[in-house]
Amino acid sequence: MLQYIARQTVSAVFILLVVSIAAFSISHLAGDPAAVIAGENPSAEQIEQIRKTYGFDRPLYQQYLSWMGGALRFDFGTSYHYHQPVATMIAERLPVTLVLGLTSITFALMLALPLGVIAGVWPNSLIDRIALTIAVVGQAVPTFWLSLMLISFLAVGYGLLPVSGSSSWLHYVMPTIALGYYALPTLMRVTRAGMIEVLATDYIRAARAKGLLETQVLVKHALRNAIVPVVSLASVQFGMMLGGSVIVETIFAIQGIGWLGYDAVLRVDLPVVQAVVLVVAAFFIVLTWAADVVNAILDPRIRLS
Amino acid sequence: MVSVGGAESQVYAVRGITLDVKRGETLCIVGESGCGKSLTALALMRLLPPGTGLKATAINFQGVNLLEASPARLRNIRGRDIGMIFQDPMTSLNPLYTVGEQLIETYLRHRSGKRSEARERAEYLLGKVGINNPAERMLQYPHQLSGGLRQRILIAMALMCGPKLIIADEPTTALDVTIQVQVLVLLRELQRELDLALIFITHDLGIVARFADRVAVMYAGKVVESGAVQDVFRNPQHPYTRGLLKCLPIHQNAGPSQRLVSIPGSVPAPRDLDEGCSFRNRCPVAVDRCSMPVPLFHGAADHQARCIHASFEGAAL
Amino acid sequence: MQKSETVIGSQPRYSTRSRPGLLRLDLAKAFTRNYGFLIGGVIILVFSLLAVLAPLLPLHDPYDFDLTRRLLPPFWHDNSDPRFLLGTDKLGRDLLARLVYGARVSITVGLVAAVISGVVGTVLGLCAGYFGGRVDRLVMLLVNCRLALPVVLVALAVTVVVGSSLEMITLLIGLLLWPRFTVVIRAATMQLRDREFILASRVLGCSNWHILFREIMPNLSGTLFVIASLEMANAILLEAAVSFLGFGAQPPTSSWGLMLADSRDFILFSPWLVAMPGIALTILVLAINLVGDGLRDVLEGISREKF
Repeated sequence: MLQYIARQTVSAVFILLVVSIAAFSISHLAGDPAAVIAGENPSAEQIEQIRKTYGFDRPLYQQYLSWMGGALRFDFGTSYHYHQPVATMIAERLPVTLVLGLTSITFALMLALPLGVIAGVWPNSLIDRIALTIAVVGQAVPTFWLSLMLISFLAVGYGLLPVSGSSSWLHYVMPTIALGYYALPTLMRVTRAGMIEVLATDYIRAARAKGLLETQVLVKHALRNAIVPVVSLASVQFGMMLGGSVIVETIFAIQGIGWLGYDAVLRVDLPVVQAVVLVVAAFFIVLTWAADVVNAILDPRIRLS
Repeated sequence: MVSVGGAESQVYAVRGITLDVKRGETLCIVGESGCGKSLTALALMRLLPPGTGLKATAINFQGVNLLEASPARLRNIRGRDIGMIFQDPMTSLNPLYTVGEQLIETYLRHRSGKRSEARERAEYLLGKVGINNPAERMLQYPHQLSGGLRQRILIAMALMCGPKLIIADEPTTALDVTIQVQVLVLLRELQRELDLALIFITHDLGIVARFADRVAVMYAGKVVESGAVQDVFRNPQHPYTRGLLKCLPIHQNAGPSQRLVSIPGSVPAPRDLDEGCSFRNRCPVAVDRCSMPVPLFHGAADHQARCIHASFEGAAL
Repeated sequence: MQKSETVIGSQPRYSTRSRPGLLRLDLAKAFTRNYGFLIGGVIILVFSLLAVLAPLLPLHDPYDFDLTRRLLPPFWHDNSDPRFLLGTDKLGRDLLARLVYGARVSITVGLVAAVISGVVGTVLGLCAGYFGGRVDRLVMLLVNCRLALPVVLVALAVTVVVGSSLEMITLLIGLLLWPRFTVVIRAATMQLRDREFILASRVLGCSNWHILFREIMPNLSGTLFVIASLEMANAILLEAAVSFLGFGAQPPTSSWGLMLADSRDFILFSPWLVAMPGIALTILVLAINLVGDGLRDVLEGISREKF
């Protein structure tokens, strides 16, 4: 198992490196970042001034190395707009998104797991059809529209929940639903498919041939086997929520890291943009790495090789 | 009768089976791949996969009609009174649990007792099936064991609660030839010692000859001939049985450069079957009468054959 | 670090020459029995016809605005104007016309992005699956990197630097949505690579390009369409989201996402303005997903040879 984890770790490091290059190069896609920052109709001196101030006159690889070197020490530079250390800004906003992500994935799992298991054990039953319909429709509904409709009904229409902000737990209800609904279909489908597949195996048949009670067969054998891929998937979905929270955070005015990224893009605050992309990607990489490790632990075929 | 498929496409995979086995006796069900023998075994335990149907008059086990038994009753009988050994030992064991755990849970399910009792019984049985270091092996996972070991474990698992009947579905097919012999010998010893009734499903006539007390020959979903092994092998009544026996190289007195005999044609697909004899388009002695339903003909000492030409006199070979 | 993607488990046919016994009739039957596929197909057909024929239909001009008739409600309200069936938006533009023209935008974006990502993803997947070794590792590294990036954020950032427009966002989405193509095509190629008919081609001296494009690819076409439908749906949703945030289609283009952004402030008094573009999006995406699912079911049915 240690060998497996070591391999995954090396792979993760490589991915992080390439991602950092990608994050860095966003600013340079149009050729001259200084021109982008300068705004409308800049003069040549203005552009030159900007170039010198932010060090865009250095060779590319130097810019990258100095940025990456700082990033490894959690120093992401200073925000062009707010004149604060970017790291501080991120540190302030990250917990909000993490909390939102956690509540969302929990919400999604609380619905997806039972539905998926029931649908898998009784395929083509009424619950299965309902679950599949929810999944199919859920994959088609745009998150931002769902957020707006939630606001329209629950906040504006019935005054049940606050529209925006993040001061109380009530503020998190609608965003959780909106963001969680995004992961729900996939989680449910994988659980269902996993159960169906496992229930068709020879070892389930053998378990029944031994006369085990149906609950033993379903929980001890079927569920235990079917749940393994769901764990990694949930971890990956959580990672995707961290990046995909931009929309939900902007609509509900929740000032997490997604909102920070959006705000930075609006203000062409390049250091913040780069840092947010890198941090979110880094979280995703760590989460997928963790998912692999959990997988290794749960599956004796990997654990003991 | 076992049917496969949904409401619109009911295809009868197995029909016309009458089987019978006693304590201490080995009944072999023999036939080619696809003739429905595995489905028959599963049907006996009422373990048919979803999408298959079962129509039968009775399945009698020790005075209980399994056809009418409640699911709870069936679950009690399975594992405790009837043990099943499946064909592929790798896929029949749950990869996420230790072998010991899978043995123990069978015992604990049917006999309320302590885990230590169950563990002792498991270790005892593992020793009996010829596994050294039973205590160590119990802590291992299926993927850590060889095919032969796994099959022995399946045998031990079937015996955990002291069943009266064992159904073994081609337990040696997935193993190397050398291991096959060991497992067969083991099964025979166990059967003698524990006075088990054994239903052994195979496609290998050699195994049938050396092992079985009685045999049932299946073709395309029907039992075409059954009886004591000596009777059936020395005096086969059904053309299919004769054909099978003729195919064995030993019986052909063939020199090195002579061709091997085989039965011409191939097995019809289940949906192409009809009321008449399913063998007739490959049969050397088929007549018009064969396209009508063929009843079971009886000879001496419950030798039966489903062929109109059955006469049960003398030896054909 | 493999992300768990659902691999379409279709067994390939034996060679590019058609497999004997698989009648067109059976295929047609399989498709028509799948209700999801039928419903989805009909919806897509309707949307596509509306989109293509939009200029010929008796609709108002979607760009024609008149502030005196702004925010008129749809026909089921009391004070609606019979000239504007579904009402008007904040600039007095006819909602029905804008919805239909919005279909043009979404379908075009979806198709173009699906094609771009399909080409990129398939080429990468074929190379990774066929050549293996270092090529494979490199491609999987690229896939994992792309999956780690927050797509929406990156799309926003790139448009800010390079300039936002419908064309730009379509290209960008196409260059972002290729991983699923790559992963699935790679897996399918690996399955095919070692089959006898490929080995036979190699023995006969066929070049790698011939094998890749004349032997392997045709066997993957079914799978390709399934993935393409999925990614087309994703592309449509992504464009709508980015346009909603203001970084995609620019006004006065009638992108459904943009329409939602415009109507956001009027959510209290004119909820239909928010509801309708969203419903349109949902229905179109749903239809595409149904068709894709139906295709996949039929493909799996073929490979499992249900009789």
